[in-house]
Amino acid sequence: MSTPFLSVRDLKVHFSTEDGVVKAVDGLSFDLEKGKTLGIVGESGSGKSVTNMAILGLHDRRNTALDGEILLDGKELITATERELEQLRGNKMSMIFQDALASLSPYHTIGAQIGETYRKHTGASKKEARARAVEMLGKVGIPQPDVRVDEYPHQFSGGMRQRAMIAMALVCDPELLIADEPTTALDVTVQAQIMDLLKDLQQEFGTAIIFITHDLGVIADVADDVLVMYGGRCVERGTKKEVLRTPQHPYTLGLLGSMPSLDGPVDVPLNPIPGSPPSLLNPPTGCRFHPRCAFAEKVAGGRCSAERPALEVVDGRGSACHLTSGQKRELFADYASARTH
Amino acid sequence: MFRFLVRRTLGAAVILLIISALVFVLFYAAPRDPARIACGKVCTPETLELVRKNLGIADPLPVQYWEWLKGLFVGRDYTSFGRCDAPCLGYSFQNREPVLDTILDRFPTTLSLAIGSSVVYLIFGIGTGMLAAVKQGKALDKIASSASLIASSMQIYVVGVLATYLLVDQWHLLDRANYTPFTDNPAQWAQGLLVPWLVLSLIWTANYTRMTRSQMVEALSEDYVRTARAKGLSRRTVFFRFAWRGAMGPIITIFGLDLGMLLGGAIITESTFSLQGLGMLSVKAVSTNDLPMLLGVVLVAAGAIVVFNIIVDAVYALIDPRVRLA
Amino acid sequence: MSSTTPLLDVSGLTKHFPIKGGFPIRRTVGAVQAVDGLDFQVHEGESLGLVGESGCGKSTTGRLITRLLEPTAGKIVYRGRDITHADRKQLAPVRSEIQMIFQDPYASLNPRQTVGKIISGPMEINGIDPSGGREKRVRELLEIVGLNPEHYNRFPHEFSGGQRQRIGVARALALEPKLIVADEPVSALDVSIQAQVVNLLQKVQREMGIAFVFIAHDLAVVRHFSQRVAVMYLGKIVEIADRDDLYGSPRHPYTRALLSAVPEASVDTAPRDRIRLTGDVPSPISPPSGCRFRTRCWKATEKCASEAPPLARVEGDAAGHLTACHYPETEQTVPAPRLAKDPEAAA
Repeated sequence: MSTPFLSVRDLKVHFSTEDGVVKAVDGLSFDLEKGKTLGIVGESGSGKSVTNMAILGLHDRRNTALDGEILLDGKELITATERELEQLRGNKMSMIFQDALASLSPYHTIGAQIGETYRKHTGASKKEARARAVEMLGKVGIPQPDVRVDEYPHQFSGGMRQRAMIAMALVCDPELLIADEPTTALDVTVQAQIMDLLKDLQQEFGTAIIFITHDLGVIADVADDVLVMYGGRCVERGTKKEVLRTPQHPYTLGLLGSMPSLDGPVDVPLNPIPGSPPSLLNPPTGCRFHPRCAFAEKVAGGRCSAERPALEVVDGRGSACHLTSGQKRELFADYASARTH
Repeated sequence: MFRFLVRRTLGAAVILLIISALVFVLFYAAPRDPARIACGKVCTPETLELVRKNLGIADPLPVQYWEWLKGLFVGRDYTSFGRCDAPCLGYSFQNREPVLDTILDRFPTTLSLAIGSSVVYLIFGIGTGMLAAVKQGKALDKIASSASLIASSMQIYVVGVLATYLLVDQWHLLDRANYTPFTDNPAQWAQGLLVPWLVLSLIWTANYTRMTRSQMVEALSEDYVRTARAKGLSRRTVFFRFAWRGAMGPIITIFGLDLGMLLGGAIITESTFSLQGLGMLSVKAVSTNDLPMLLGVVLVAAGAIVVFNIIVDAVYALIDPRVRLA
Repeated sequence: MSSTTPLLDVSGLTKHFPIKGGFPIRRTVGAVQAVDGLDFQVHEGESLGLVGESGCGKSTTGRLITRLLEPTAGKIVYRGRDITHADRKQLAPVRSEIQMIFQDPYASLNPRQTVGKIISGPMEINGIDPSGGREKRVRELLEIVGLNPEHYNRFPHEFSGGQRQRIGVARALALEPKLIVADEPVSALDVSIQAQVVNLLQKVQREMGIAFVFIAHDLAVVRHFSQRVAVMYLGKIVEIADRDDLYGSPRHPYTRALLSAVPEASVDTAPRDRIRLTGDVPSPISPPSGCRFRTRCWKATEKCASEAPPLARVEGDAAGHLTACHYPETEQTVPAPRLAKDPEAAA
């Protein structure tokens, strides 16, 4: 197998705060091929956003320490200089954010903001950049792009703002697009529009996409592969089918059990995960999920609280859990049967 | 924009009207009778009545106010002083001069003081504040922050007296504060005002440093600044074109209001340096029960604040496209 | 449906927020028609779900019912008593019976009050002294919502988001209400925590027989929690029905589109035929004439523009399944066309 387009190896992102070191990401590895979508799922504080800020080099350098390896098309990003990163950002890799209204400058027109990225990376003239902005707005499905290009973000609706942000991110045909909860703030009908748009654009440009979300439903819609994060670590990886159909980690299982569905049973209570997400200032020992895990006592010798379970990945599939596969089959079966319809 | 200006000007007129009426009422609520004071030690009821008439305070209050208002627009005829053309603010009880002339005579001093120091504190305050924001958390930031905290907690009458003592009396570096009209001799104008400018600026620079720093730090943490960085723009571009753009609005707003207030007369500064501006004029008007003078000064001060409020709002709308004037 | 008087009977409920403008004298030049003529009932012990996208008026409706807002028109009758324009004094006895739970568990608790103080607040205001004292009652409530009664003296910031929402629930329960209006009670919470709170609310509803108006944008959560569901669009109810009827055989094209747009965390079920709704919700300042959904509806005709469809029963539907559409979907509806990608054609 050739080297993957994006390869993250043993990434660690640690923040120093007044109260101590926060291990926001603690040894994360994954690969991503061009034209594929990797869905990263996790709750608040799982480290999913931090990971991607680190890929772009947008972490706060004053208090953040990065360790490990991030290879984009063979180029090491952790050791790259600020100038090198500036050349890559918005050009080879770009990012879209959750809150499009806050993420677009209120003081500049949509066209200026899109054109600026284009001019920075291609040296195009103002006129060319504006023409390009109009073209991109048309591509993301904004009507009358030649008029709207001169409007400000607050004059756009929520869905259109997110479209404009996508246009801005794709203006230089990046090979990697990081989408950080891009549909979370949107209504479902608009969310569906945006997800369709991203899929269409990916097909057209062959972009590799990292799609960060807390919503397994969204994952089921857009992702090829899935990475489940908990407490700054990857707890499970696999294809979308593998992870959603036969989850191998109690946390993934718990997430699925927590979600009501449109056709599941209604008169039984949901199956929530007890407790709250861990503090990364003072994370649990061993497996970070063990204080909330329903099966921790099934593992002999208290290993769950003592020993960090290794993430062994075979053919892109793996989970970090001390349970044996036999135990999982047996223990997870009840769960699965409650969910089949 | 036009609608905005018309609406706000009308509003401003109403505010000024209310203020002048209030001053009128408050003045008469005060226990002292200006006619009695003007009348002197040997005062018969007849003279007192005559003085009242001369001062224009013999009529009932509403009539007096109405006369005063009318004078503003069409001028006024006084039995003792003669014709006073519009806009007529009346004659001072104290020195029997037209109020408007006195104010016009004093205003340049106040204006020079305000404009000169504003230029200095804007440049240094915003500059230092931005520098502190760039070097957030570093030594420079800490020094600038603590220095400005100390400076902003000082008082003009302390620093002013100290500065005069050291710079003028002891080291003979600068001139004692005095006012020469700019049109007479610009060099002397600047020389005479240098000490008050420095003192006033020192304290205001500290305020503007603190304000600029906090506005910039806040703007730098905005999502759109992060987006700008994610687009590959350099730190410098992001700092000036995005963060500063966001921080500018509040700073300009405060500056406009501050300037409006300074133009109404800086009482403490003027008295510290013995400069005869509007501030001193108002103090004197109060202490001598000089109603026309007091009304005039109050109106100018209030007018300055109201006008700058309108300007600030208009400028804000130019900076921030989200603000619609109506 | 039961024939007894409903707990809450809402008819023609309308809220218009005036827009000021004009020159040279400012006056009311228009109105945001946030809620426009709602009719619905809530029966004792049942949960009515209100779903819809942002701007559909569901939160405004919640605030009208609890009389945090003054209705522009219409009628709100609570247990036979007209509270539409009741003043503070007249509302006092009702206030204790209708409680509210808010979306943001961070903003809706006073950070300077202890949990005990927050939960006993409603009792103090209403001068209620439960037997055994307020503190004992608060401890009971903490126990009910799954918090440690020993945490009586802690402050909100010492709790996680999910725990704070539990405090909000305990506060709402303090006066033994008959109706709780829950406005997006779980949407600010992480998925795993959401389920905890939904379960808690369900337990409360069942064990205490409290009626709920459950406002949310998440269709799956609403389905899980509510026996009856009303779908709102631009200030109007477009469809209201029992849960199974609404999710099983939606009649209104909007309901159907909404359901089809929900991404489901499953790769096993056949992908539902997704209806791509084009464009955005129109402005509530000048909503479309006739049927408000017509600008985004693939079935719209001239009739839809000229005539607002009444909320009525479609033939063959269960009693209480009401739809406001001239061309309701049928069981064998032909699949909606996959519309072309010109999302803002109507905008």
